[in-house]
Amino acid sequence: MCGIVGLHLREPSLEPRLGALLTAMLGQVVERGPDSAGVAVYGDPRLSPPGRAVVSLLGVTPAEAEVALPGAVAVAADATTVVHADLSIADLLAAVPAALPHATVIGSGTDMAVLKGTGNPVRLAESFGLAGVTGWQGVGHTRMATESAVTPEGAHPFSVGPGQCLVHNGSFANHATIRRELRARGVEFDSENDSEVGARFIAHQLEQGADLEKALRLLCERFDGFYTLLVSTGDSFAVVRDAIACKPALVAETAAWVAMASEYRALDVLPGIEHARIFEPEPEEVYVWRR
Amino acid sequence: MATLIDLAESPVRALNQALHSTAATSWRVRNPRGAHAVACGIREDHTVDVEGHVGYYCAGMNQHATVTVHGNAGTGVAENMMSGTVRVRGNASQSAGATAHGGLLVIDGDASARCGISMKGVDIVVGGSVGHMSAFMGQAGRLVVCGDAGDALGDSLYEARIYVRGTVKSLGADCVEKEMRDEHLAELAELLKAAERDEDPADFRRYGSARQLYHFKVDNTTAY
Repeated sequence: MCGIVGLHLREPSLEPRLGALLTAMLGQVVERGPDSAGVAVYGDPRLSPPGRAVVSLLGVTPAEAEVALPGAVAVAADATTVVHADLSIADLLAAVPAALPHATVIGSGTDMAVLKGTGNPVRLAESFGLAGVTGWQGVGHTRMATESAVTPEGAHPFSVGPGQCLVHNGSFANHATIRRELRARGVEFDSENDSEVGARFIAHQLEQGADLEKALRLLCERFDGFYTLLVSTGDSFAVVRDAIACKPALVAETAAWVAMASEYRALDVLPGIEHARIFEPEPEEVYVWRR
Repeated sequence: MATLIDLAESPVRALNQALHSTAATSWRVRNPRGAHAVACGIREDHTVDVEGHVGYYCAGMNQHATVTVHGNAGTGVAENMMSGTVRVRGNASQSAGATAHGGLLVIDGDASARCGISMKGVDIVVGGSVGHMSAFMGQAGRLVVCGDAGDALGDSLYEARIYVRGTVKSLGADCVEKEMRDEHLAELAELLKAAERDEDPADFRRYGSARQLYHFKVDNTTAY
């Protein structure tokens, strides 16, 4: 199963409510993925203050991070430690392995933080302090593990490029083959998770110069299996489904926001849903909304 | 006067238990808000009006009741229905009417993928269009589509009959267009009337099974 929720705000006056809305949406898809959860939030001034580079880490405490990275500020969010510093993203990412060799980087960017953990998603949202988060975009995932272990590393979103995030409902059949191909091209992996391969593939295509639409079309050509994907970047919000489209997806759109969820009940919590245009994304069609 | 059950106050289980009773024959359900299994397993001749969007398996296993959803329905609306009528005023998600044995399912809007998958005797009338693989492995019953049909319509069809007014993106394995004879025009007219629709049966085309997949062909032995 797995549950997906995502919210891309168009109306700035809703930004103070981003975390509260995302928490309510996540609470509606708990049964779809009760073993772990994760969110990515774009534009929260506490997690990603303007002008500072942000990395989200697993395997370290905030105190360890602040000692090891002088000048950095670390924020605890369940299993995740979010660290921001007055550096470039490249410099902060380069400093982490040397200063914190045990840490796993689960997200990086200038405007985005990734928070992950294991256990019931409602408890996790509380532990993340999600209801108090503000910003312009957020994605969330509740996981029912099928392809790899229940660990914070295995929880979604998978964020492997600056500001990029992928959440996945389904399972890729040929991920081992594609992982080998990407490894041969120098791409490094953090886990054996099939969804990470999707995220690495997209990041690789974007790096090679493809835009998000093209990267997702290439993913449809190359990947075999079941997938409904919600992919976000520093300015975009995109949805794509496989040709069979058995993994559910609904999009709702108003002048104030675009939202995507596995089930309608997660959209019903949004303000103005009664006037939204609601539709199911067509199989193998790429939908992208830009800020 | 209809008995009102508000799902903002009562859980779905309480609603479905109440609908198993004969305390009333007319029911209104408020605030479904995408809940699953609303009005499932009814065995009485009730009339149920659901005021809003429902989640998965609404009116599943229905017998005798008339259930109207004044909104959209999620996956598997009226799945395994045996008799009665289920009407969706909005759109329906995938697998509408899956494996249903009898009764009438009417979807005023569109139905998405696999509408009528493995249908076993139900009649389904869709006012809009249906998604890919509709009537997949359909065994009996009739599927009427007033709009268009997606890819692989009627794939691996047994004996269900399909009528489509608009375009068919592609036919599935063993599904072929068939001649529209008088008896087909007559049954289509009846189905459209039952669904309270005013399309002209003469505008539809009929599709059915070529019956080439019924038996194993010895020529294919080497394929396995």
